[in-house]
Amino acid sequence: MSQDTMIQDIKAHVAKLLEDGTIAGFVGLIEQNGHVAPHLFTSGEKLSGFSLGDFNSPGDSRYPLNKTLTTIARAYPHQTFGVLVRGCDERGLFGLFRLNQLRENRVVAVGLSCPDALAGACECKKPYPDALVAGEKTQVPALKQVAQMDGKDLAQRFDFWRDQFLKCVKCYGCRDICPMCFCNECSLECEDLIKKGDLPVEVPVFHLTRAMHMADRCVDCGLCDEACPSDIPLRLLYKKTAEIMNVEFGFTSGLNKKEKSPLSTMGPSK
Amino acid sequence: MEYKTTLTTCTYCGCGCNFYLESLDGKLIGTIPCKTSPVNEGKLCIKGWNVHQFVQSERRLTTPLIRKNGALVKASWDEAIAYTAEKLKGIKADKGGDAVGFFASAKVTNEENFLMQKFARAAIGTNNVDHCARL
Repeated sequence: MSQDTMIQDIKAHVAKLLEDGTIAGFVGLIEQNGHVAPHLFTSGEKLSGFSLGDFNSPGDSRYPLNKTLTTIARAYPHQTFGVLVRGCDERGLFGLFRLNQLRENRVVAVGLSCPDALAGACECKKPYPDALVAGEKTQVPALKQVAQMDGKDLAQRFDFWRDQFLKCVKCYGCRDICPMCFCNECSLECEDLIKKGDLPVEVPVFHLTRAMHMADRCVDCGLCDEACPSDIPLRLLYKKTAEIMNVEFGFTSGLNKKEKSPLSTMGPSK
Repeated sequence: MEYKTTLTTCTYCGCGCNFYLESLDGKLIGTIPCKTSPVNEGKLCIKGWNVHQFVQSERRLTTPLIRKNGALVKASWDEAIAYTAEKLKGIKADKGGDAVGFFASAKVTNEENFLMQKFARAAIGTNNVDHCARL
């Protein structure tokens, strides 16, 4: 399906939602002045400039729209909003519902599927949302990256990650861009764990603190990886964390809407 | 209900990273690095990520301050400029232009920096011109 057709399908769908008052606004992407930006479309705008976030290649200009949605929804809790979602974004929505950051009955997801190339590059577990409005269900690609890393011996892996973590400039961009990071008090700013102003960061405390905290939240959108000025392969780290969660607890963040996190359930298993 | 993203350039250093300043109902609420910017390609440093915070900060200076009897006192721009001009003239007359140093800033435009070095060399008569990044 061509990109133009997908844009038209979504625009028609959203225009109807705005017109009949189902939603008060639509959080999506807009292309203007030669750039792609997050945007809140309202009924008067006729969705001009609406973009899927494909600037030079598919999905290269994705933004944390769920984060924008959460911010707006907090200010307008009684309004219902639409939001543009890919597979990862929808997993994020399910997670944010579970964690009481968004109310399910106040969100209308409008989904598009990702092309094979993007799904393959992401090694996405589900490259299409349930709320599919444009495109067709993409095939789940082969997952190789984690196995490749696991194939190396312990000393090699240790060296690899130590070298990667030492590149960190502590910009906190991985946290700031993350649509699943919403804590008022961030453990990465807890003085007992991480000293303020210290560089290089303590290896591996800084990065593993975040990996632990994201274990049942990360939806593998990859925005942290893209935001890292030091090109630390954060996504690979969180993919491994997610794999452990899946192997140990049978849990995959955001894959099933109603699934509770094993990390928030106390007591022995039945 | 007005959520806006405004594309702009970071004021912190001379790199010129681009980001969106997010505003909700007229108040700045966040910074998002611009992915389509050829300069920073969706990445920022810690200062850039927090650049929206100083704009509306209660601690931001809103008037010039002049130190009088050891304490900083609020002053008008006219008063501050007249005071600075008088002091600069005095220092130049007593000790010469090389008794004064000028620090340019990455937070202002090229044109403003040009004017500052011109003022240093032509009006005060010194080549003591340096840059805030070396402070």
